[in-house]
Amino acid sequence: MRRSLLFIPGNAPALLINGNYLGADSIIFDLEDAVSPDEKDAARILVRNTLRHMDYRGTGTIVRINSIDTGYWKADVDEVLKHAPDLIMLPKAGCKEDIDVAEAYLSEAEERLGIEQGGVGIIALIETAQGIERAYDIAGASARVKALLLGAEDLTADLKCARTKEGREIEYARARLVTAARAAGIDVYDTPFTDVEDDEGMRLDAMVAKALGFDGKSAISPRHLAAINEVFSPSLTELDYAYEVMDAIRKAAEQGTGVVALRGKMIDAPIVSRAKQTIAMAEELGIGR
Amino acid sequence: MGAIIRTATAGTFESSDAYVEVGPGRGSIDLSLESVVEQQFGEAIRRAVREVLSECGCDDIEIRIVDRGALDCVIKARVEAAVRRGGMN
Repeated sequence: MRRSLLFIPGNAPALLINGNYLGADSIIFDLEDAVSPDEKDAARILVRNTLRHMDYRGTGTIVRINSIDTGYWKADVDEVLKHAPDLIMLPKAGCKEDIDVAEAYLSEAEERLGIEQGGVGIIALIETAQGIERAYDIAGASARVKALLLGAEDLTADLKCARTKEGREIEYARARLVTAARAAGIDVYDTPFTDVEDDEGMRLDAMVAKALGFDGKSAISPRHLAAINEVFSPSLTELDYAYEVMDAIRKAAEQGTGVVALRGKMIDAPIVSRAKQTIAMAEELGIGR
Repeated sequence: MGAIIRTATAGTFESSDAYVEVGPGRGSIDLSLESVVEQQFGEAIRRAVREVLSECGCDDIEIRIVDRGALDCVIKARVEAAVRRGGMN
């Protein structure tokens, strides 16, 4: 479960060592945009040591490597792969071939380092117009691709439009990514809300993302995490309804009734499926019945 | 084993970090440490630094460390980065 994913600069020890206590479901050790070119070497050593020595139990670990059109990304992989991050985040994923390149190098590195083949998954960061249009190909390019994440800052630069708090300029991209990820059967996460001071705007933005079908949202500030976690957790109303649906299904099965109705509405397979998802998530969060 | 070729630095003076400066030595390891926790952890820090130098194959170096309350794994990372930047023969 990844309701919230927090970007942490890969060269900031104070944040890295406290990554487990900031409230994120997953932390993203950032070796890309948050690290200047002359600090890439030091950052990847620091991230490697942190992964090796710190206890991140209960918090997922993701490393954002540099993109495959740079001279940094292979060294990033070599340094961190052995220390088992949950996922490698591949920035600027634009087409299936980008995943193929990363996949080939990950496999080669796993063999060289003597670690399980295919053990580390990829989260593809979609932040170009080409990536949006090819999102389904990217999502299905390899069994390693476990999720897509929308990067709206780079995307809007590529689209040649302004990035706004209202986010109308990324409506299509959001819907497209959710559809592509669902069609491929993988997870999908929303872009960060970049105004650290605007708590209300952040909450509204997270609600929009949840309504569209995203599994969670990324963040650049720990301050946003509590609201994101709340928005992406089942509400009590949703949970009550999910249990009512399952009760109705059970009773109907006991009575041998074919069609089930609840509150005047027919309960069909998609409603049952959603109810099961809601209950499973609540149980994982320890708020189930 | 090897000797550091040139002066190099890594890390910062920020809290939870360490600043490391390395340079050519005079045939041995010359280590100076300034730390807010020198009293309690000075020996452990020196041991950690020597461990990294040994792993890097370096036994000829002048190294100065200013520790701002960094964890072991951070100090080790900064020492390794500085040594790699300094290069060895």
